Amino acid sequence: MPHKPQAHTDYWRANLRILARLLVLWFIVSFGFGILLVEPLNSIRIPGTGFKLGFWFAQQGSIYAFVLIIFYYVRRMNRLDREHGVQED
Amino acid sequence: MSVREWTYAIVVVSFALYIGIAIWAKAKTTKDFYVAGGDVSPLANGMATAADWMSAASFLGMAGIIAFAGYDGSVYLMGWTGGYVLLALLLAPYLRKFGKFTVPDFIGDRYYSQSARIVAVFCAIFVSFTYVAGQMRGVGIVFSRFLEVPVTTGVLIGMAIVFFYAVLGGMKGITYTQVAQYCVLIFAYLVPAIFISLMVTGNPIPQLGFGGQDLASGEWLLDKLDGLHQQLGFAAYTEGSKGMLDMFCITAALMVGTAGLPHVIIRFYTVPKVRDARISVGWALLFISILYTTAPAVAVFARTNLIQEVEGRAYAEDVDAAETVPAWFKTWEGTDLIAWRDKNNDGRVQYRAGAPFLGKPAFVEGTGDNGERLVANEKTDNANELYVDRDIMVLANPEIAKLPAWVIGLVAAGALAAALSTAAGLLLVVSSAISHDLLKRALRPNITEKGELLAARVSAAVAVGIAGVLGIYPPDYVAAVVAFAFGLAASSFFPAIIMGIFSRRMNKQGAVTGMVCGIVFTASYIIYFKFIDSGPGSQDRWWWGISPEGIGAVGMLLNFAVALTISKLTPPPPQHVQDMVDSIRIPAASRKEG
Repeated sequence: MPHKPQAHTDYWRANLRILARLLVLWFIVSFGFGILLVEPLNSIRIPGTGFKLGFWFAQQGSIYAFVLIIFYYVRRMNRLDREHGVQED
Repeated sequence: MSVREWTYAIVVVSFALYIGIAIWAKAKTTKDFYVAGGDVSPLANGMATAADWMSAASFLGMAGIIAFAGYDGSVYLMGWTGGYVLLALLLAPYLRKFGKFTVPDFIGDRYYSQSARIVAVFCAIFVSFTYVAGQMRGVGIVFSRFLEVPVTTGVLIGMAIVFFYAVLGGMKGITYTQVAQYCVLIFAYLVPAIFISLMVTGNPIPQLGFGGQDLASGEWLLDKLDGLHQQLGFAAYTEGSKGMLDMFCITAALMVGTAGLPHVIIRFYTVPKVRDARISVGWALLFISILYTTAPAVAVFARTNLIQEVEGRAYAEDVDAAETVPAWFKTWEGTDLIAWRDKNNDGRVQYRAGAPFLGKPAFVEGTGDNGERLVANEKTDNANELYVDRDIMVLANPEIAKLPAWVIGLVAAGALAAALSTAAGLLLVVSSAISHDLLKRALRPNITEKGELLAARVSAAVAVGIAGVLGIYPPDYVAAVVAFAFGLAASSFFPAIIMGIFSRRMNKQGAVTGMVCGIVFTASYIIYFKFIDSGPGSQDRWWWGISPEGIGAVGMLLNFAVALTISKLTPPPPQHVQDMVDSIRIPAASRKEG
């Protein structure tokens, strides 16, 4: 396979941008909503349930968000691999 | 059939299944032994990772910890799942592309240093043994409680099973038994949870049920529990009492530690492609999240049931049945997990905040005025009379909910599956660290394939033996050293691997100094506050209010800072290492070395 430094650099930069966005999201749903902002969020109730919003994020919501983040990442990266022609086989 | 017969039947059938799989999946090469031949499907790997990850502590302990800690328990829920995001985004795909067998492999090759490799080997072995001691103990306890055999016999049976599939099958045997073990453990966890959710709230989905209304009173269940808590002098269940910075640091240390644990990372070498490594982390977290989102619901149901069925009830049998403690109370008192000391001599259980007496209950011969077992512990001067072991929450749930006998047998089999699967995964790390990293890569590079496979089997066998001894004679500090496992993984492996991938400039000097500083700082803090200054009041002397559990997060930052500074002042790594970094960043195969 021929060496393609520029294509690889572009691929890596795009990868880092995706990572940064998703890690911000990861931080917000857990450390943000579950810990730092838990008190203000606890004054909000999820309608139709007994959950205070901050408590719900700390014990349920953050975990659902983590699963979604990974599955989104997988799809996005598979597309990125193809766009830059670096996919396997 | 009685509870005991059901338990025997279910446990024997599940063990036969594991052994059958082990015979079918015998390892023929070192690649089979270390990484299951490298051709496990992402879905199967996800399931195996989930079983590997969820230990006896997750299965038996977590709901109990959350039930007693309330909102504070969220650190474990977020910490032990959020780490998988880091694993998926920052580690797994690149380590798969690197494509060797172990974590020390990566550290040693990336930092072109035998001493870095050997430091990594010892960290991996230490972290794994710390963990495995608890697993074997868990096996012994489940056997003794459900099957009424001595703990030692239980541990020996567990050792025999693990020996069989770990030594014969290596990673290949472990992977496919873990798939079966995941199915057993998740089924065993969900069945009682669904029954209890239905019973308490009328909703069969526990994750929704604990946000629903209490069937008996029509109140929101969480509001009711908050009310009960405050009435008895506890902090409100949904609010907790830990400091915010400490919550933050513990969550961070657990997340980063999870992503840095060698027995988790090693699993992503077993799939064929980079693409598969990414998706299998997704499957792993999905399978883990089924248990981790159920646990807080179980915690709320169990906590509410416990308070309602026990507080203010009489112990003696001659009082009206609705006014006496339920039958399970006495069953578990018989196993030392519940103790009651009638401080005000009214014959009724008074449950309040605070410890009823100092330490774990030390039962003595004879019974008190109401027929309760006596304890010798020095009593405290608060009003609380009740000691409840946290592990009881999952174990006693089927009885509290009056579920059929087979459900109890199922819970026993599930707990064994959780403990055995984790123990096997950890033992494999120990065995590969010795036979591959130490023997093949450092001491005897010329060893033959056959010799290395034999060495791997022998070291797995020895590791099983040591784990068994640790299970039979558990060191007192087992609970304390779990903080070590995560702290060390967070402050050593995680930064070293991340910088190895994301910084081409990171060199041997920077990485090694960073690891050493991170480990020394974290270990000293934990040792100091767990063993030297661990008495009451030591919390006030914690730096910035950060507990030993959370200090790994600070150790990690220190590691990053030191490594980046030192690497700026020293020469860049050799060209072939920089080429290797370029290569692991790109999924397509183009690397020269194999």
